[in-house]
Amino acid sequence: MSLQEEQKKIRVLIAKPGLDGHDRGAKVVARALRDSGMEVIYTGLRQTPEQIVETAIQEDVDVIGLSILSGAHDMLVPKVMEKLKENKMDDVLVLVGGIIPKEDYSNLKNIGVAGVFGPGTPTSEIVKFIKENVRRKNIK
Amino acid sequence: MFNKSVTDKIREAYKSWKEKNLKGIKERFTRSGIPVEVVYTPLDIENIDFFKDLNFPGEYPFTRGVYPTMYRGRIWTMRQYAGFGTAEDTNKRYRYLLEQGQTGLSVAFDLPTQIGYDSDHPMAIAEVGKVGVAIDTLKDMEILFDGIPLGKITTSMTINSTAPQVLSMYFAVAQKQGVPLTDVGGTVQNDILKEYVARGTHIYPPEPSMKLVADIIEYGYKNAPRFNTISISGYHIREAGATAVQEIAFTLANGIAYVQAVVDRGIPVDKFAPRLSFFFGCHNDFFEEIAKFRAARRLWAKIMKERFGARDPRSMLLRFHTQTAGCTLTAQQPHVNLIRVTLQALAAVLGGTQSLHTNSFDEALALPSEHAALLALRTQQVIAYESKVTSTVDPLGGSYYIEYLTNEIEEKAAEYISKIDDMGGAVAAIEKGFYQREIADSAYEYQKDIESKKEIVVGVNEFTIEEEVPVKILKVDPEVRERQINRLNKVRRERDNKKVEEALDNLRRAAEKGENLTGPILEAVKVYATIGETTEVLKSVFGEYKPVVVI
Repeated sequence: MSLQEEQKKIRVLIAKPGLDGHDRGAKVVARALRDSGMEVIYTGLRQTPEQIVETAIQEDVDVIGLSILSGAHDMLVPKVMEKLKENKMDDVLVLVGGIIPKEDYSNLKNIGVAGVFGPGTPTSEIVKFIKENVRRKNIK
Repeated sequence: MFNKSVTDKIREAYKSWKEKNLKGIKERFTRSGIPVEVVYTPLDIENIDFFKDLNFPGEYPFTRGVYPTMYRGRIWTMRQYAGFGTAEDTNKRYRYLLEQGQTGLSVAFDLPTQIGYDSDHPMAIAEVGKVGVAIDTLKDMEILFDGIPLGKITTSMTINSTAPQVLSMYFAVAQKQGVPLTDVGGTVQNDILKEYVARGTHIYPPEPSMKLVADIIEYGYKNAPRFNTISISGYHIREAGATAVQEIAFTLANGIAYVQAVVDRGIPVDKFAPRLSFFFGCHNDFFEEIAKFRAARRLWAKIMKERFGARDPRSMLLRFHTQTAGCTLTAQQPHVNLIRVTLQALAAVLGGTQSLHTNSFDEALALPSEHAALLALRTQQVIAYESKVTSTVDPLGGSYYIEYLTNEIEEKAAEYISKIDDMGGAVAAIEKGFYQREIADSAYEYQKDIESKKEIVVGVNEFTIEEEVPVKILKVDPEVRERQINRLNKVRRERDNKKVEEALDNLRRAAEKGENLTGPILEAVKVYATIGETTEVLKSVFGEYKPVVVI
């Protein structure tokens, strides 16, 4: 593998699906990932699942981090996963953060979400998780 | 406040005491960057002029409290923010809380209501009834306050972009109950500026949004003189990551922008300023928070008197609601949150709050369950009736440390405000992303300090245990959206649609002409126009805001 390929940075899309306006967590995670050497794009608020997947395609990201604190994860995350599949983007690592009841974790994982990170998660844990689990072929 | 021979003696003794005892003691700062000494002495208050800087409660500059007798006269209003599902679900929770001794209501609306989407709009699909109660039309509001006498109970409504619609619905329900507007009391948040910065329910660009805010303030002082027509809010700014100083600075700078907007209409400041109110958070640094409230009162009084030339003392009063800090609640060992909330609530009371929301211990997991909401209310009742902290006003006034912190916070907040003035005021500073960057920086610093254990969070980065979530959480009924849409469709069928069209046309014309829109919106909601319909009319005239994205 060439040096150039080795140094290719992991590209991450941090997205706020739905109408939720709480983005402190999304921004803190975005900065932490950036400081750990990843390239981070933040969508801003009020994104539909379609818009998120479209941005993911355009930006050719390896990871999508969805931040939801409104309880709307039950409907919005499956929609994002569906759209990714339709666009053959299901090798993108999808993470969810926010206020997610523990009992919903398994539902999210069953539809292909790789990790769910609740309040109190150290950002270093998210960085480590991404580095260990990112699976798009061009990244090593 | 001491004579010179005394302070000279203390100064000398303090110097040698420090040399003897403070070797190897690391310096320490509050999160606002204020240095904190190991001990404070009369030297820290020697320049305080009692009448100019502190005075009696109820006397300018109101540092010690806005009313002369404070809690000896009346305990603060216990006002728990609540709302979920449909109007029926929330009405039931309100009646329960009132039965348990709560003394005011505070409505949480769902996001579609706050952003101007009807419950059947595609953008609302995942959000109906989730973070608050779903309101589409006056019909929902009638159900929400069914059996609750609006002439006796005051209600606070957390509503901003759609404040004109929701406030109008509240007024319409009061009128239907036979309560004249002159007797209706309560608070509408109506604070759009912090939405662009921290809370995210903006719809229109800043300029027309500021107009709608001023419309309500103007309509309110003329027609509903007991209603607080704005609640200028630092809470959400704080929750987004701001420090105590930033919270005060940005909130008061926003306050200045609102007052200016109304004064610019040619309305004398003393006509409307007595109905301005404020809303702050209360975080963990106990003394910094108490000092923050005192500093904010003094600074606002000076701003109103000196900058705006207010003469009526009521125009200078910073009356405020407090909510304990949601961002300090942990999902880990959630019962520990009860203790955090108790300390924060105590600081708010020692700081002289007019009303208080105590968070429920389960809020890092979900919306509060009934059991958790009851314990939160009981926390306030213990402070109010058992702790005896209410017996004397501003019990920490004169404390060397508290007075030092109060001075520091006021000074640092005033520096920020003059910086914002130099940028062209709050709206310009927000459009430039200044607040947003400052807040994001503070939030990131805080997170880094938690990860390096410079800040300890019990149960999160220290004193952790393996645990199963031991808490029964509230689940919003998944059928809510369907029930809400059925009711909305029924209203659309049964209302007089010709009247609705006329009312919406009137609203459009008034918006195009730049008239005060509160009256036309009230007429529209009375004939059961929906939140979505009125919002669409205003969007077609005002356009939509495209946010600045700042990480």
